[in-house]
Amino acid sequence: MDNLLSIITFIPAVAAAILALFLRGNDAAAQRNAKWLALLATTATFLVSIFVLTGFDPQNTGFQFVEEYDWILGLKYKMGVDGISVLFVMLTTFLMPITIAACWSVETRVKEYMIAFLMLETLMLGVFCALDMVLFYLFFEAGLIPMFLIIGIWGGKDRIYAAFKFFLYTFLGSVLMLVAMIAMYLDAGTTDIPSLLAHNFASDDMVLLGFHIVGGLQTLLWLAFFASFAVKMPMWPVHTWLPDAHVQAPTAGSVVLAAILLKMGGYGFLRFSLPMFPVASDLLAPLVFWMSAIAIVYTSLVALAQQDMKKLIAYSSVAHMGYVTMGIFAANQQGIDGAIFQMLSHGFISGALFLCVGVIYDRMHTRDIDAYGGLVNRMPAYALVFMFFTMANVGLPGTSGFIGEFLTLMGIFQVNTWVAAVATTGVILSAAYALWLYRRVVMGELVKEALKSITDMTRREKAIFAPLIAMTLLLGVYPSLVTDIIGPSVSALVSEHQAALPPKGDTQLAQN
Amino acid sequence: MTTIILFAPLIGALICGFGWRIIGEKTGQVLTTGLVMLGALLSWYVFLTHDGVTQHVPLMRWIESGSLATEWAIRLDRMTAIMLVVVNSVSALVHLYSFGYMAHDENWSENEPYRARFFAYLSFFTFAMLMLITSDNLVQMFFGWEGVGVASYLLIGFYYKKPSANAAAIKAFVVNRVGDFGFALGIFGLYFLTDSVNFDVIFAKAPELAQTNVSFLWGEWNAANLIGVLLFIGAMGKSAQLILHTWLPDAMEGPTPVSALIHAATMVTAGVFLVCRMSPLYEFAPSATAFITVLGATTAFFAATVGLVQNDIKRVIAYSTCSQLGYMFVAAGVGVYPVAMFHLFTHAFFKAMLFLGAGSVIHATHHEQDMRNYGGLRKKIPLTFWAMMIGTLAITGVGIPLTHYGFAGYLSKDAVIESAYVGSTYAYVLLVVAAGMTSFYSWRLMFLTFYGTSRAGGHGHEAHGHGHDDHAHGHDDHGHDHSHGHHEPHESPAVMLIPLGVLSLGAVFAGMIWYDNFFGDEAKMRAWFGMPAAVEHAAEGEAAAEATATEATATEATATEGASTEAAATEGATGGEGHAAAAGWTEGAIFMGPDNHVIHHAHEAPKLVKVSPFIAMVLGFLLAFQMYIRRPDLPAKLAANQRPLYLFLLNKWYFDEIYDFLFVRSAKALGAFLWKRGDGNVIDGSINGVALGVVPFFTRLASRAQSGYLFHYAFAMVLGIAALITWMTLWGGAH
Repeated sequence: MDNLLSIITFIPAVAAAILALFLRGNDAAAQRNAKWLALLATTATFLVSIFVLTGFDPQNTGFQFVEEYDWILGLKYKMGVDGISVLFVMLTTFLMPITIAACWSVETRVKEYMIAFLMLETLMLGVFCALDMVLFYLFFEAGLIPMFLIIGIWGGKDRIYAAFKFFLYTFLGSVLMLVAMIAMYLDAGTTDIPSLLAHNFASDDMVLLGFHIVGGLQTLLWLAFFASFAVKMPMWPVHTWLPDAHVQAPTAGSVVLAAILLKMGGYGFLRFSLPMFPVASDLLAPLVFWMSAIAIVYTSLVALAQQDMKKLIAYSSVAHMGYVTMGIFAANQQGIDGAIFQMLSHGFISGALFLCVGVIYDRMHTRDIDAYGGLVNRMPAYALVFMFFTMANVGLPGTSGFIGEFLTLMGIFQVNTWVAAVATTGVILSAAYALWLYRRVVMGELVKEALKSITDMTRREKAIFAPLIAMTLLLGVYPSLVTDIIGPSVSALVSEHQAALPPKGDTQLAQN
Repeated sequence: MTTIILFAPLIGALICGFGWRIIGEKTGQVLTTGLVMLGALLSWYVFLTHDGVTQHVPLMRWIESGSLATEWAIRLDRMTAIMLVVVNSVSALVHLYSFGYMAHDENWSENEPYRARFFAYLSFFTFAMLMLITSDNLVQMFFGWEGVGVASYLLIGFYYKKPSANAAAIKAFVVNRVGDFGFALGIFGLYFLTDSVNFDVIFAKAPELAQTNVSFLWGEWNAANLIGVLLFIGAMGKSAQLILHTWLPDAMEGPTPVSALIHAATMVTAGVFLVCRMSPLYEFAPSATAFITVLGATTAFFAATVGLVQNDIKRVIAYSTCSQLGYMFVAAGVGVYPVAMFHLFTHAFFKAMLFLGAGSVIHATHHEQDMRNYGGLRKKIPLTFWAMMIGTLAITGVGIPLTHYGFAGYLSKDAVIESAYVGSTYAYVLLVVAAGMTSFYSWRLMFLTFYGTSRAGGHGHEAHGHGHDDHAHGHDDHGHDHSHGHHEPHESPAVMLIPLGVLSLGAVFAGMIWYDNFFGDEAKMRAWFGMPAAVEHAAEGEAAAEATATEATATEATATEGASTEAAATEGATGGEGHAAAAGWTEGAIFMGPDNHVIHHAHEAPKLVKVSPFIAMVLGFLLAFQMYIRRPDLPAKLAANQRPLYLFLLNKWYFDEIYDFLFVRSAKALGAFLWKRGDGNVIDGSINGVALGVVPFFTRLASRAQSGYLFHYAFAMVLGIAALITWMTLWGGAH
């Protein structure tokens, strides 16, 4: 099984091709077949990906399962995973069957919908596995297309506006990244990621167009990548596309967007920005810290003001991604461990929260918070699940949400206590907006006429939530499952990063 | 054994919470109660047989990242043993009591099951609390800390149909989170400084921290003091100390057994437990402990003043709890951690009893909570009356002056006050005044409830303030109380009276039995807590101790600081090098520095000081007797004469109104502003502005896309990307 990664990456694409080529008609049977095939393909992908996990050696901090072929135009097709990327692969394969199951009630253009999701899975897996810069770029950018279509075709009322906003924001950032990639190729003479990781990009100050640039080439490249990844994360202040995209996207689209697509930005920081441009990362880390800290406070406050459930959760996502960026550029073991953990955990929790919205949206066709109230009276199981994920979102110890927040904050505290203190206020604000949302939707007397006949979750819906609950709890109680795998790679990343920095005179801790 | 104690309630909670549909509500209730009772019995066994030596029981790995290694583990020492007994005993009795109290509840209709949920929450709370007290490191403690917060949130909001209960639940959680903010920063700081979150490591490094400066936010701080204050902010939240106290009175929205268990006996004492647990650190943090002393004393005073005028029976007891917690913090702040634990221990019994007694009164009067509608209940519910009487005698501190015979509260409270006299004059004065007020409001409660004539169905003589305390009615604003108001009050069933009986044993005897272990006999106390035997009070020690006493009275509560510098100077003179490092914690549940002689001096406090709380208590009683038995018209007149003061107290010093204005409203307004202006005008506005040239094109594109051309554009995008890549590779290849 030398090409395991290619197999899991392309199983969904093959299924998509089968659907596109062979499935005819648009009757109920065809729709059912499309859904089942998609579910089967994504489940198969997940099952095969388990071999990646079991075969993965955490102690080896290099790339594993590497495959390399010549491709068109002298380009290389190179795949591989290390401790940093392997769990993102697992996250993707784990969540996709759940996503497919969650869109079981879709009735318009089912076949195309399934194709879009299957292609999306292939492209996302490709991003996390690619070991060639061009390949990475290809997957990274192409991933926009299915998401653009999912929002633009199956979305809500203002879907076109949201889809274009989503596309323009993320695409404009990517153009700069492309330029940076070309510059990197010119400088290093290769597009091979492992080679680029070993390459030292110049960090001497330079003068460009009359501007004195501290950190030189590294700073320029870093900024170009930052433009792309920061939009993707999304970081404040380029986050405004996300609430619109989420609100307009169908439930399953929101799940994938929040749970996986956002993680590409974080992954990009870890794969490119931090290890390839260490000097620039160190130089510009304060910028990231403050953008993150502002994001946490700002978006949490904005979340308090929301009337739309999805918007509220979208803003909460931005706040949670703030912990991630902060942790990554803290550039110590706790910070990066925490950032990766937070991304994985957020994948389960935010995905589940969007599914929670989906459950009642399917019944009432509104996301307006004021349209609900007192759901617990008729939907006890739903109230329980929603409570669980609300608490996980708030970062309750015992759930995975806690570990990521805690570790990233611990990491940042060692670097900058101001940022740590500002960011820690997020634990107060998140409790406020999350519990207030819960209260308005679930608690109270059930008085609204329209809700009097609302039904509790079906068996399918419960089955969708079960694995998410299990993972959230498991990782919260026994996080070593994750940290054992990412630890050595992160440790190597941190020590290489430290080694690449010019020695500093002062230590952070003033002891006397 | 501790593992069984720890997990029994969790198992009960899970089975009862998820399985009651299968096993039935009744079985679920019996199961949870049985498991907690088992835990309580084992806890007593552990408590009575524990030899003071710390034991560690590792359970499982938890958070590991670099040098950070956290385990799920049990730490069993005297502190844990005391808390095990307190938590499990009160919890078991509350479980039992709830059989009766929750049997019928007018908030639910016939087909709405609620009992299993209630018992599952109670057991879950017990589990979280046990995790907190058995923890071996700060992070696991934080788990328990937040866990009890959630349980408290769920139980305060148990009547989820009531807006007031939901609001109180959220308030409790969010205000606690403000405290947790400080707690979390404290943990981060400790890890940063000591590279560990485990108690043993931190304790051993505490003397080093006292010598370390650390930059935090705008300044350079002494590490020990900084961490001490940060952790104490957490304790302030959980233990409802001033500034972060506002959630506790509102928490009375929960069913009364919950108030007894969580908001009187166990959870709210977690802050005191934290400070005592961290005593090896606090002994080196003089400024932090001075802060604790002042804040604790102020809270004790503040809460007592508010308690004087409240009309809701549960709120009176809630403010009393707040006040008594202040006493405990004063004890911890002046460095007599065992006394803090002593008061925590006795308070758990008599306060749980007062709450359960109040619950019994409420139960008897069909969910009436306003004391103005009670009166003359002594004959109707005599057993409850006697239980409340014992509780009142205990909390007001009735005993024989200058001996060690008295109710539990007499011994522990006097121990606190004597220690405060040594440590801080400010605290001493406030605590004695608060003791007088405690006596007044406790007897006021008794007189209004059980004496006089029945006022059921109408408002009594303090009706003036009625318009201003809509909150005070608790969950009786539904109107059903009016229909029931004229029913004859009835005595509660045996399941509710038995817990009262058991607790009354504690309220009477707990003080006398364990007085020596906590306070009375220093050598015995040291052995009991597993501390190394006291350093001989040699000339050097005496000198330092003298300094302690004088400095203390002079500069309020900076006593320990003065003592340690003094001691350091003495040591420097005698050439005792390296003593500072050895002076830290080595073993035992509590650490009291070699220069900490507060207990010793408290024993030698002047007789007048020792009698002062008793005098205050008698005065409080006489005043209450005068106002509520002999001249029942006096309170109304007084309230009318001193109206601004009365309203100030009735409205709890206006903390809620100020906070609502400062934080709640402004946060919401700021959120809305940032959303509309920040996201809308500034960010989207400027980006759109930049893209102004693109917009017309963009809208044309969009309008065509809407007419079904979306796929074409997707195709165009693919082509575009392919073209870009081709261009890039060719161009790149040319070099």
